[in-house]
Amino acid sequence: MALLEVNNLDVRFAMRGGEVCALRDVSFSLERGERLGIVGESGAGKSVAAFTILNLIAKPGYIAGGEIKFDGTVLNTMKPKALQSIRGNRISMIFQDPMMTLNPVLTIGAQMIECLKAHRRISTKDARAIALHKLNQVFIPSPEKRLDQYPHELSGGMRQRIIIAIALLLDPDIIVADEPTTALDVTIQAEIMELLLLLCEKHNVGLILITHDLGVVSQVTQRTLVMYAGRVIEQGPTREIINDAQHPYTQGLINALPQMATPGSRLNQIRGSMPTLTKIPAGCAFNPRCDFASDICLQEVPNFVGSGNCKVACHMVDAMVKGQPWTPILTDKPVTKTVPLPEVNA
Amino acid sequence: MIAFLIKRLMHAVLVMFVISIISFAIQDNLGDPLREMTGQAVSEAQREVMRDEMGLNDPFITQYLRFAGNALQGDLGTSYFYKQPATEVILRHLPATLELVMASSLIIILLSAPIGVFAAIRPRNWLSRLFMGTSIIGISVPVFLTAILLIQVFAIGVTVDWFPSDTQWGSILNGMLSTDGGMPSYGRGELTHVAGSWSSGFFTADGLWHLVLPAISLASIMLPLFIRLIRAEMMEVLQSDYIKFARAKGLGLGRIYFLHALKNTMLPVITVGGVQIGTMVAYTILTETVFQWPGMGLMFLEAITRSDIPLIVAYLMMVGVIFVVTNTLVDLIYGLVNPTVKLAGKPA
Repeated sequence: MALLEVNNLDVRFAMRGGEVCALRDVSFSLERGERLGIVGESGAGKSVAAFTILNLIAKPGYIAGGEIKFDGTVLNTMKPKALQSIRGNRISMIFQDPMMTLNPVLTIGAQMIECLKAHRRISTKDARAIALHKLNQVFIPSPEKRLDQYPHELSGGMRQRIIIAIALLLDPDIIVADEPTTALDVTIQAEIMELLLLLCEKHNVGLILITHDLGVVSQVTQRTLVMYAGRVIEQGPTREIINDAQHPYTQGLINALPQMATPGSRLNQIRGSMPTLTKIPAGCAFNPRCDFASDICLQEVPNFVGSGNCKVACHMVDAMVKGQPWTPILTDKPVTKTVPLPEVNA
Repeated sequence: MIAFLIKRLMHAVLVMFVISIISFAIQDNLGDPLREMTGQAVSEAQREVMRDEMGLNDPFITQYLRFAGNALQGDLGTSYFYKQPATEVILRHLPATLELVMASSLIIILLSAPIGVFAAIRPRNWLSRLFMGTSIIGISVPVFLTAILLIQVFAIGVTVDWFPSDTQWGSILNGMLSTDGGMPSYGRGELTHVAGSWSSGFFTADGLWHLVLPAISLASIMLPLFIRLIRAEMMEVLQSDYIKFARAKGLGLGRIYFLHALKNTMLPVITVGGVQIGTMVAYTILTETVFQWPGMGLMFLEAITRSDIPLIVAYLMMVGVIFVVTNTLVDLIYGLVNPTVKLAGKPA
């Protein structure tokens, strides 16, 4: 049994004009020590998925269905006190913007020690020693001094290191990192990512990495989840997804990487933009932007089909696997392409 | 720290200089002090002699320089009415005002923080809505009206006969809405002498009892303001990432609300609060008049009607000092609470 299992998760926001579905039928799992990347454009529901794991979605949002199972217990029906003892202790989080994540009026030491004290019966002196040890692990220069400093006295990269140290403070099973490098300087991004990878490998910590950087995903994670408009559209081993993406959206994302463009020419892009959650088109949500969309894409939401070790929610891939012809409306020319057959032991 | 205080002192000198000029300049428009000091029997010629003796016929500059020279030696002139040094008169009235302001501040601090925080944490709770609704009324009703209402209800007492008293429910409702009154609404009550000119009402039950109504009416304007300020700030802070992160760390709600959120909420509240304490000293004029509270406000009003110029000027100077002192204190406290602020001269 996987350490974390998310099954058919539905998250909705009760807005004034009616309910908005932020996540629909999202399922994934994470083994102990495994690293999973969740990718997608802004508004795909990546962050909502991350916050939902610890039931930290803000007020009008709520879990409308499905379950989140961690180490055998269901988190989403848990009493608040019990869930609180898991937050920061067995599952911890790293946020996007290190400039905003630390409380400006409390010292670094206070913010680390309170976290330890919230979960363990421990003296301030011992807690300080652990905090110091963790600061050493994230390679912070003169950690003793940092404990008595306030966040504003440190740089963004330094603060994100401290946040990583806080996330590791209680030796969690899983770290959920919500775009941990987006707000950082490009030169610092690689450093922080490397550090996170190193520490996760060293301590056998599971990582759920939310990002829109496919390059980072390919370097850090073992499995990848691609999300679009609140749904998972493709998931599987990172290597297979990067090398041979099946879903037209994933292909588009990979083609949009600067490395994929011919030097001197314009970068590739997926035309159009992600629909807002209130105006998700019928059928496959990606159909208005898809070059291969056919009639069925406008009517039916695709189910997952196996392709290699991956699962893809696409009518075209479904047709290919079954050996049926596929004619997009846009080009009106039949498409032929090879799709890896599902592996039996996947 | 010392550099900061020196800077503040220079500030204060500048502020006091401006206040003294302005307050001194308006004296010509405040009426003739001679008419108040002397009776009908004194002839115009005699009055002119007195004017000359008092230096009231000198040019403005001469009068001001004389005043400023004396003020630097702590002499703000002699009150025309009390025939005593104005500083002495002010200092005799100061404790009453300060105690009133302190009592009101206490009410404001003790009530606004919990109510504001509660209204921010549970914005949809009916109690929060009630607080927010009544706070609008509190802000809109002027102090003197609140004071008069308080006196009517709690000191004089009201008999309500809106409902038919021959029915049981009617008489019960009438009884519930009627009050006996009996609260003191005049003066400071029994005082204990503390030191110098300072007599305090804080140490006797009667003195405290006399404080209740004036303190409530003085607080009635500021309290709603602070509740709304704290609520708005707190709601904004609760949206911030560091609060979400504190939740993700598995901290208890109590710690999140009252340490992480409240400490950030209080930063702007402290700044506004400092200015408001100064303003409250000004509001005491109304409250003290309605309650015949023998403080500076009442004294100032009387000084104006008597054209007692040295006392008026001394009062304005005193209020200036209070403003400068409270603002300095507030800046010091702010520097302690907010680590991102470095006071001038404090080592980084």
